[in-house]
Amino acid sequence: MNDGALASATSDVVAKALVKTGVAVREAAADDEVAGVRPRWVALPETTEDVAALLGVCAEHDLAVVPVGGGTKLHWGRRPDRCDVLLDLCCLNEILEHAAGDLVVRVQAGVTMAALAEALAAHGQELALDVPLDGATVGGTLATATAGPRALRYGTARDLLIGITVVLADGTTAKSGGKVVKNVAGYDLGKLFTGSYGTLGVITEATFRLHPVPPDRRWVSASYPGPRLETKETGSSLYVPDPPERILVALAASQAEPSAIEIDWPAVDGPYRVSALLEGHAAAHRALAVQDLFHEHAPALDERAAAPRGWAVEVGEVAPEGWGRLPGDEVLVEVRAPVDRGQSVMVEVFDAARTTGLPAASRMWLGDHLVVLIGLPDDADPSAAAGFVALLRGGLEDDCRVRVVTAPHEAARRMDRWGHVGALTLMRRVKERFDPGRRMSPGRYVGGI
Amino acid sequence: MTALSNEIAVRLRRVLEPEAVITDPVRLRTYECDGLTYHRATPGVVVLPETAEQIAEVVKICNEYGVPFVARGSGTGLSGGALPRSDGVLIVTSRMRRVLEIDIEGRRAVVEPGVTNLAITEAVRDQGYYYAPDPSSQQICSIGGNVAENSGGAHCLKYGFTVNHVEACEIVTPDGDLVWLDRMDAGYDLLGTFIGSEGTLGVTTKIVVRLSRAPETVTTILAAFESIEQGGEAVSAIIAAGIVPAAIEMMDALAIEAAEAAVACAYPAGAGAVLIVELDGPEPEVAHQFARIERICSGAFELRVAADPAERAAVWKGRKSAFAAVGRISPAYIVQDGVVPRTSLPRVLAGIDELSREHGIRVANVFHAGDGNLHPLVLFDDAEAGAGERAETVSGKILDLCIEHGGSITGEHGVGVDKSRYMPKMFTDDDLDTMQLVRCAFDPRNLSNPGKVFPTPRLCGEVPGVRKGVHPLVESGKAEQF
Repeated sequence: MNDGALASATSDVVAKALVKTGVAVREAAADDEVAGVRPRWVALPETTEDVAALLGVCAEHDLAVVPVGGGTKLHWGRRPDRCDVLLDLCCLNEILEHAAGDLVVRVQAGVTMAALAEALAAHGQELALDVPLDGATVGGTLATATAGPRALRYGTARDLLIGITVVLADGTTAKSGGKVVKNVAGYDLGKLFTGSYGTLGVITEATFRLHPVPPDRRWVSASYPGPRLETKETGSSLYVPDPPERILVALAASQAEPSAIEIDWPAVDGPYRVSALLEGHAAAHRALAVQDLFHEHAPALDERAAAPRGWAVEVGEVAPEGWGRLPGDEVLVEVRAPVDRGQSVMVEVFDAARTTGLPAASRMWLGDHLVVLIGLPDDADPSAAAGFVALLRGGLEDDCRVRVVTAPHEAARRMDRWGHVGALTLMRRVKERFDPGRRMSPGRYVGGI
Repeated sequence: MTALSNEIAVRLRRVLEPEAVITDPVRLRTYECDGLTYHRATPGVVVLPETAEQIAEVVKICNEYGVPFVARGSGTGLSGGALPRSDGVLIVTSRMRRVLEIDIEGRRAVVEPGVTNLAITEAVRDQGYYYAPDPSSQQICSIGGNVAENSGGAHCLKYGFTVNHVEACEIVTPDGDLVWLDRMDAGYDLLGTFIGSEGTLGVTTKIVVRLSRAPETVTTILAAFESIEQGGEAVSAIIAAGIVPAAIEMMDALAIEAAEAAVACAYPAGAGAVLIVELDGPEPEVAHQFARIERICSGAFELRVAADPAERAAVWKGRKSAFAAVGRISPAYIVQDGVVPRTSLPRVLAGIDELSREHGIRVANVFHAGDGNLHPLVLFDDAEAGAGERAETVSGKILDLCIEHGGSITGEHGVGVDKSRYMPKMFTDDDLDTMQLVRCAFDPRNLSNPGKVFPTPRLCGEVPGVRKGVHPLVESGKAEQF
């Protein structure tokens, strides 16, 4: 249905006001649901001004708004308290300015990460940010702060973002930062909005610093045995014969300077595989040094002999399967841990999986800390999934953080989604200032923000 | 001293050692300015706390009396960010200098705010690590001040700023609460928002910094060009070649002359510009990049390569002394800090040259060329009538040039009191009002370093429609929030 059809089909004052903005608006359908909540309308703005006009109308009529980009993570976060308008940013899809000589790009929020990568690649440049889900847009990537293993070298979205334009709940358009890589004028709203899950306003434009595409890449990988049960007279205990922190610490300290380190651990009763990425002209040469490092940290002889095809350190020119991707779809749990807690995390995941009977697939990467993503089956029993999260948190929350990235409503309502959030009071105060009417993705984020 | 500050001092002496509360006018004057010396104010009271809890108590007392407070580290800031308030309390963190924890495997250290930037590197250097941000004042500037200003340095081209190297901070909020802002926690990136807020959102009391592994190889190149244009072209060519050096610095003839007079750095004679390029990383990468840079700089009339740390120090000597060195060729000067897109450098430099001629004011150019961060040194004779004003005009017009070219009014020195009046040239009222929302969330009473960053103090009035306390649905048991 086009906007005209909506206008003629309804006497609804609110719908008329939305249509009057000149932005395409249609009635929502079943597949427009946001985590189980069906909006009334879907609006398709094309510019920042369109978004401002729409939010102005939403403010006037107290309509709750949820922004969406590619829709790849729309089920992430808590079910919204209410949702009247789904703001679909797919039509804000222009690359506004690529200053190749400055290694800077300014884009609208609805541009997909893939389209951006393609345009930049034509100039030998890239936004050095892993995209775990196909179809994700710039805005969605920022709003959920997704990242991947290359964070080790390049940081995450907040580190690459140098300017942002947002529209607030009352229709005010604001920007911060700019299009220079070095800039300390004013507060950095880009940091505040990155990872804010649409609860503070709508991101409409972003400016990023870019990197040259590395001329060569190598991945160096090796496998290690997973957790074991050790039985003693005093009882049994779990341990990992080669705690992952040993090789992680050695790789992170290596002067061969890997750009990324990832662990793939697809099944709790199986081995885990460590991969390190080298980027640069001399990637092949540096891969040799990393290969040596793996050999220095090889599993014990009997473990190597037990490996199905023998133990080897492999060097490849293409990424290992699943590199930088998520280990699950509908049920995803994330642990952030100090690097020296690698073994503890594996033991707790093993234990929680065994206790709840749920198979768990994990991927970990090293950034500021160890980020562990754990996928449970899409159809996991809600109580079992909630039990899994509670067990994990019980074993780790002292110095790690456990959060539920996404879970179906039945499971999610049984869980504490976010765990300990030290500055929650301040976050609530920020939300109150930015969105006093609680219209922007209300209830979707920490503490029901 | 007013009766009020007398009373406050009495209260402060109950939470701090009496000698840690300074009210003697002569001693107070020691703190009347930071590195931006032409703004001065004698603080009402100065406190020298030793713990985070003491700072929290001090801030609570300030709240009780409704008086402003300003935090100060080593006082090296160049925008007046630590300019005290005569009606307020200055919280000096110089006694909080403990390195609390070093975790090499976890690549992090926990430090108090008064620890100097360089002290962190010194504490871990033997183990092959360092703290990456390196502002020129790193020997004396404090890490707490670095957090407030989001300090960079010559090597931030490759390694980023303070905000990219801090994992968590314990802060005292403007209400006097101790809160951890930690990147490990879910929720808004308040840490990233706090860093660089110039003390307007609270006081940092502990900092968890990331340590970086020392690179395998460092190569420092000094290239001398006949003209600044040639130097600028070389910079563009390096970036275009896909090389991200650790640093690319440039100085023009006047800046070289000053450095020569001050520290006899022995840069190639007759250079219109010198370029310092530092490469670091794995040995084979650096070797490859070096070969390319040699080709790119083929237009240089002299190319020197530092073979060891001593030679590297010699190359950097002239650059690092540049600010102070202009004192040798001019009785007074203004240090400017602006940023332009890298590709605009040649046009902006030409513009600065034009301004210089037009106003009869000499400008020496020193800059972090790799990221377009200019530090023009505007030279004048303060004994000459009207010269200061003309220098001020040129300095301001340089910022206008930066804004015109899509740049920024500050790359690393901060806004402070010095540049708040330029903020409306870079941002709209809506932009500034939106930033003010953050301010009001943290500091509704406007007590934390007021009068800095923003041009006009705005009151954080009650926002219509703000819901206070628990959501009615939650209260009635109809819903729960996670």
